[in-house]
Amino acid sequence: MIRFTHVTKTYPRTGTAVQDVTLHVGKGEFIFLTGPSGAGKSTLLKMVYMEERPTTGEVRVSGTSSVTASSREVAKLRRKLGIVFQDFRLLDNRTAEQNIGFALEVTGAPQSVIGPKVARALTQVGLAAKGTSFPRELSGGEQQRVAIARALVNDPFVLIADEPTGNLDDRATRGIFQLLRDINASGTAVIMATHNLELIRRQEFRTVEMNRGMIVFDSDEQLPPARDA
Amino acid sequence: MRPFRDALITFRRSPLLSALSVTTIAFSLFAFGLFGLVALNIREALDRLEDRVEIRAFVTDGTTPEQIAQASGDIATYPEVLSAAAVTQEQALARAQQELGDFRDVFEGAALPASIDVKLRAGMRDPATVKRVASRVKAFPFVDDIRYGEEWIEKLYRLRNIAGIAGLALGLSFALVSMIIIGATIRMAVLARAKEISIMRLVGATDAYIRRPFLLEGVAKGIVGGLLALLLTWLSRLLIDRFIIKTVFFDARVIMLGLLFGALIGLLGSAVSVGRHLRRV
Ligand SMILES: Nc1ncnc2c1ncn2[C@@H]1O[C@H](COP(=O)(O)OP(=O)(O)OP(=O)(O)O)[C@@H](O)[C@H]1O
Ligand SMILES: [Mg+2]
Repeated sequence: MIRFTHVTKTYPRTGTAVQDVTLHVGKGEFIFLTGPSGAGKSTLLKMVYMEERPTTGEVRVSGTSSVTASSREVAKLRRKLGIVFQDFRLLDNRTAEQNIGFALEVTGAPQSVIGPKVARALTQVGLAAKGTSFPRELSGGEQQRVAIARALVNDPFVLIADEPTGNLDDRATRGIFQLLRDINASGTAVIMATHNLELIRRQEFRTVEMNRGMIVFDSDEQLPPARDA
Repeated sequence: MRPFRDALITFRRSPLLSALSVTTIAFSLFAFGLFGLVALNIREALDRLEDRVEIRAFVTDGTTPEQIAQASGDIATYPEVLSAAAVTQEQALARAQQELGDFRDVFEGAALPASIDVKLRAGMRDPATVKRVASRVKAFPFVDDIRYGEEWIEKLYRLRNIAGIAGLALGLSFALVSMIIIGATIRMAVLARAKEISIMRLVGATDAYIRRPFLLEGVAKGIVGGLLALLLTWLSRLLIDRFIIKTVFFDARVIMLGLLFGALIGLLGSAVSVGRHLRRV
């Protein structure tokens, strides 16, 4: 489903951010991605949705290869992915519903399917009553739920979450985390980058730890990870 | 339709730059239009005047009618020549008197030289051809002097060329300026929507979809500018018609071409800019 093969990413100005990573993510998995700041977690995730391409090596996501994919193919791929961030990235001048519908609109979905799909996604994240609220009228946790609903509205096979609870207090964090587990339980894979070690410690999910661009621990493969897969 | 609404929104967001880009496109096309109009009307005038172009070769006194007839026959066989007619002294006098009407007495008893009047075929009346034929005719030993409308024909031709070139140069420079201004407008619009664009990318909108409203905006500005230019040109023509000289206007095909050119300026200006700036957000 998602496969990294000897992936190295070197930025022109800052040097190597990801080094020789080989990793496989299967259908419906839940993965924690951890490691100190600057370890390369965000860069790794960016290569999944192909905002960055590897300097060497290959990333394959659902049949799309980072080596050959055109920008059009990348756009098509992203319609099958859900992506959420620490800073929510909602449009301030649109309501929750409009923010969620936006993801369908810009991919050319007909108006008739947008309404029902948005309503379903809102219910899924527990915000059915707040559809007409603007982001400024919502709490941080609620805004992140809207962002998650937007990520889910296209029925992605994987949800990529880069520190989704980074801006939230404990209570909201637990709520969002529970939501991600529910989403995973219904069959969607989840890759979640996080600093929150407490959250990880209490879970039995697969954990991948990075440091200085390399994978230094993978609970699935027992440490250290094999250099060749 | 969302793209059209978006185009309107960006128009409202930077009205000054938008108005400026429309205006420069209008000026570009207006320059084409005005000088084109001048060139067109000179062309028309030339067509009419050219019908009258003839080369008149005066022959020396004492040339026999046979010599003149022989020469006329020769000249008539030149490929550029439509007809060559011998005009005797008497005929010349009669024509002069007729042309002068009331002042016919002036020519009483005067002697006008005989001549050979040469008419050229249509399409062979440009200054270069006229000159060439004239110099051939002049080579006959008994041809004394030669007259043709050299001066004013060349002047008109030159005027038409200058009008054409000036219009082209001015129009193209305005076109360039308007493309640069449109580029700047698009840059502002792209930056103002940077967040929206990055989210669109994230959820899988194609580049073509993201680019579309900006391109549409450019085309819309080009067409509005074109219509404005058409109005300006039409008004100028009205003024010229009223105060200076009767003129003809462009036909529908040329007008459509002008509007199309405006749309093209708008499209190119935004396409270049949007390509460059989308990559940065
Ligand atoms: N767009 C970029 N251009 C240049 N260098 C970058 C870019 N993004 C990240 N880097 C560099 O790559 C390295 C890894 O960054 P990355 O954001 O992947 O780390 P991270 O593990 O997500 O850190 P954090 O936990 O703080 O979010 C860092 O040294 C960073 O400076
Ligand atoms: Mg990060």
